[in-house]
Parts: sequence; C-alpha cells; structure tokens
Amino acid sequence: MNPDSPNPDGPNHDHASPDSQTPDGPATPDRTAEPQAAGEASTGAHMPPLERSVVGSVGVALIGAGLRSARPLQKIVLGGVGAGLTALAATGRNPLATALKIRQNAQGEVLVSDAVTVGKPAGALYARWRDLERLPDLMTHLQTVEVLDGRRSRWTVKAPAGTVSWEAELTADEPGQRLAWQSLPGAAVENHGEVLFRTAPGDRGTEVIVRLAYRPPAGTAGAVVARLTGEEPAQQLRDDLMRFKREQELGFSPTTQGQSSGRAATGGQA
Amino acid sequence: MKAIVWQGTNRVGVETVPDPTLLLPTDAIVRVTSTAICGSDLHLLDGVIPSMERGDILGHEFMGEVVEIGRDVKKLKVGDRVVVPFNIACGACDPCRRGLFSACDNSNPNHRMAEALYGGVSGGGLFGYSHMYGGYAGGQAQYVRVPFADVGPHRIESDLRDEQVLFLTDIFPTGYQAAEQCGIVPGRDVVAVFGAGPVGQFAARSAQLLGAAHVIVIDRVPERLAMAAAAGCQTINYEQDDVLVALREATGGRGPDHVIDAVGMEAHGHGPGALADTAKQRLRLSFDRITALRWALLSCAKGGTVSLPGVYGGLIDKVPMGAAFAKGLTFRMGQTHTHRHVAPLLSRIEAGEIDPSFVITHRATLDEAPDLYKTFRDKHDGCVKVVLNPWG
Repeated sequence: MNPDSPNPDGPNHDHASPDSQTPDGPATPDRTAEPQAAGEASTGAHMPPLERSVVGSVGVALIGAGLRSARPLQKIVLGGVGAGLTALAATGRNPLATALKIRQNAQGEVLVSDAVTVGKPAGALYARWRDLERLPDLMTHLQTVEVLDGRRSRWTVKAPAGTVSWEAELTADEPGQRLAWQSLPGAAVENHGEVLFRTAPGDRGTEVIVRLAYRPPAGTAGAVVARLTGEEPAQQLRDDLMRFKREQELGFSPTTQGQSSGRAATGGQA
Repeated sequence: MKAIVWQGTNRVGVETVPDPTLLLPTDAIVRVTSTAICGSDLHLLDGVIPSMERGDILGHEFMGEVVEIGRDVKKLKVGDRVVVPFNIACGACDPCRRGLFSACDNSNPNHRMAEALYGGVSGGGLFGYSHMYGGYAGGQAQYVRVPFADVGPHRIESDLRDEQVLFLTDIFPTGYQAAEQCGIVPGRDVVAVFGAGPVGQFAARSAQLLGAAHVIVIDRVPERLAMAAAAGCQTINYEQDDVLVALREATGGRGPDHVIDAVGMEAHGHGPGALADTAKQRLRLSFDRITALRWALLSCAKGGTVSLPGVYGGLIDKVPMGAAFAKGLTFRMGQTHTHRHVAPLLSRIEAGEIDPSFVITHRATLDEAPDLYKTFRDKHDGCVKVVLNPWG
C-alpha cells in the first residue's frame, strides 16, 4: 500500500487520531509524509476492562459449576471452558478476534482501513465525499447525514434494533487531499477517521485511502460477532469503496438482481 | 424459455425458466442461435469451482441475434448478429483500458467472494460461471441478458456460419492467447501443448499460425490426438510413452521452447503425485490436480515460457519450482482477454487461415445437453466439442 514507507506493516500502521489533523496550509499528502497515528496499533485484540471482568466472572462461575457437578463429563467440560475463559480474562486478549485479524490499538479501538484506485481526478472525488448529506447513496448502512453547521454533522446508521445516531465534527478539511472527522462526546459508537485522496502514478486516477477507528459497543466480542455476521465496518468499507469506484467510473453498479434462473417459477432472483 | 440449469453436483437439467429482461440501461437481450459446452463447464459440473447455486443457468460460449437493447446502448441495434465474449468487462476501468478485459475491476457484483478466496482481488464477471464470478445467468438457453452490451458483443457481418464463428467467444481466443503469450520465434521455436481438448487444439493450431517450427501435443485420448495429428502436429500418448523422455527426444534434449498447459486443475495422469492430488481434491483439501503443470515445468527448455490457459482455482503444492528457477522460466497465465482477440481472429477466419468448426464432434438440442455433459466429461463417443441449438 505504501512502497516508500520504511515499515509498511509495522506496529505504527495507519489510522488517524483526532490530534493528527494538519494545521493551516496543508502539506501535500504524498507517500512519505502521511499523518502519523497516535498510539501503537497491533493485530492483537485487547479486551476492554468491562469485557475482561465479564468474561472472567463467567469463567469463574463455570469453574464453580464444574466443581459442584456430580457428572464427570460435565465437570470436565464446564471446568475446562471456565478455566479457558478465566485465562482469557487474565491475559486480556480475545483469540477469536486475533484469529479473524481484527486490528486494535492500545486504546482498545478497532482499526479498519482499505483503499481503492478510482479513475477520476482527486478534486472530483474529494467533492463527492465532502457532500456529506449524499454519502448514504454510497454507504448503504448509513441512513442519513445531517449537516448542522460548517464543521458539525449528525450521522444516523441502521442497527439491528432501529437506528443509532451521533454527532461528529470535521477535524481536517483539505480540498482535494484529505478529510478527517471525530465523533463528539456522548456518541453511541465512538469513532474517528480520515479519507486521503492521492494522485496515482501513471494517469490512473486517484488513490482513495480510508482509515477508521471505533470502539465496538460490546468490546472485542462485539467486533467478532459483527465480523461473523458480515456487519463489521471492514466489510462494509470494502463494499462502499467499490460502490464509490463504480459510481465514478460507470455511473452505476453491476447487478444480477432480478435475472432469470431456475430458482423460481416466476421472476427467479439471482 | 428453456435453459440448462445446474441442479447440484454432477446434475444438470433442462428447465423452463423466466425469459431474461433488461436490468440496466446498458444491457441487451440476445436470442441465442448457437451455444456450446466448454471444458471449463466440467469444473462446475463436479463442483470443483465453488459457489454454484442450484438453479444457476450455465453456459458462456454463445452467439445470436440482438432482440432488445437498453436505452444507453449505442453501438448495437436490434437484429444485429453477434458473438459474445465469455468474460464480462466494463470497458472503462484501468485494466479494461489496458486490454486486460478479464481483469475488469467493475463487472463482478460479488467481488467480495473472489476477494475472500484470492487475497483481496477480484477479476471480472463471467457468464454462467458461479457466483464468485458474478453469478450472471449463462447462455445455454434460448435467450440471455448481456450486460455492458457496447463492450462485449462483436457484430458478424459476413455470411460465415455460426459454427465457424461461435468459438470466437472463448476457446479460439483462449488457445490463441496461450500461444501468443509464449512469444514464439517463427521458424525456430518448438511448442508443446498438454491436453488435446478444444483449447489444446486451438492452442496447437494458433502456435502453427504464429510460425512455430514444430508443435507437439500430449494427451491420452486417441481421437483427440488424431485431431491434432491431422493438423500436422506430432503427438505423444502419455499412457503409452514416458512424456518427459519422449519430449527430450523430440527436441534433441533441449525440451520444448514453450509449453502450454491446456489441462488445468483436473489433470489425470498417474504416479504418487497424481494420486495424492486426487485424494486431496476429493476431500476438498485442495482445488487442483497438477500433473500437467508438473510435466510442463519439468520439460520446458531453458529460458522458455510456461503458458497456462487451463483453469486453476486455488492452492497447489509439490510444484517443481527448483526446476523452473534453474531454467529461468517465464509463467504466463490467466483468463483470456477475449475482447481484444475477436476482431483479429475473425479476420483470420474470413481469410480462410483457419476454420474453427473442425473441433465439433457433436451437434444437439438443449434437451440432449444433460446427457452430452456426461459424454463430454467421460470423453466417450469421441466427444471433443458439443454445439447446441437452443431452438432445435
């Protein structure tokens, strides 16, 4: 992703933080001078304190149940699972999240990033993103974005039960180059991130890089469930970026919805 | 309409399904006049290529008459007679603009499935070739929806018969690209082709068109070898001869300058390596059986090219990489960029340099197709290529 970076996969790998915004007179976002992340990132999945205590309590309870059980198999299974959960709580690492390559930083935020090259100039692509109220066309999980003033906006996303919304503010706005935002205190899902627009070499358009950091509502367990149900931001981001690329390059997204098949007698679906 | 439908592993049937309709303004509907069963359809039949769903319409080699066009279609008209490349390409993305149509960024709606399997990158969509490749309904049917209608379909204006131009949709360009990407030095280079199926036949004849000094075709099916011999190729039956010994002898110990593997992921062959491959593939521990690839790497001359038109789907092991490295081989591979070959190869057909209908052994109706899938798979009855008439 970044051929000139001395350590592209190292622990400092990407993601923006609120204090990484560029002051006035923004520098050109080139390949060597990217905004540096605050805090160490890692692919290890750290459980926040609340999750650790819940997992630990369940573990200890299971060990107790196992010890009390009269049936030998139950004793082994409950005791074993309980001991495992207790050990997880003690280490503070969620092995499922690690196995699923859910990346986290030391502050317990889940990090997500992706990139796509779009065959259009950076200025036009920046303008499309800067038009916040039109972002729900690109991002299907977004219901609305309401612009409150020059910097603040209200974001509403579809959630399993109804909607969730929060306010965010722009922390950097460099036309044709970069946008960064941060959720305001009190957000249901604390998040911050940035979008970089960088001219691709060789007349190929613009490289669009998105970096997000968020605090999953139910800790690392929540991140794992979201990943397994396909609702995790990394997966949504990939779809959103491809939808963006196709909107810009084609003007539409390819589809097979409604094509004929042998699956239905009338109007079989893809 | 009638269509050939995938009904589960090793089961295809003829079903009556809804007629296709325009879904996007850039679509066209083609009334199919001729369609064919491809060797790569057999990878779908037995489920080796994943992500087929019951009810999917098969077929990616087809041609016909345009009967309906979307409002944004500019180049095609209703009534045009067209051949349609098996890959679906948008024509606008960077790979398409470079002529790498099979690597189209934008035509696969299910890009995430391919990305999950292939390390974050998806190729373009294909007609009738699994959901991983877009889930587009195929052309072994009476009608087919053709997306990006200004990009794929190529008009046929001469009075050539369907049978002479149908294979411009896949196997002729596929065999041709396999030979072209070897960089054959005319009058000097020797080319070996593993697999005398339809693509192997076209690869061998394309190598001849491109000036190869000598072409050697390897298979085990006598009538397929006879078809290659009829074109002036030397043939080796690997069940009767030791392939590597025979190739050394045929090339004065150098090995063929270029080797084309027109077999791909379901090679037969024998020996412990082939047995282990088969066991792993049956258990779905591995996608690919690679006897032909191993022979290709072991036999190819120093500085040569190993060209892979045969389809590979996943991970392979026990690849003689040391041999490839020691000889400084070049690998060329991938789905065919069909779009860029259609016009030049049509010119060669019109000029009488080649008549692609030589490869056809069976002509049938859609109703007969399920049986012919099995005949083709089992290589019975001298079957090399099946052409179907959806209206017969």
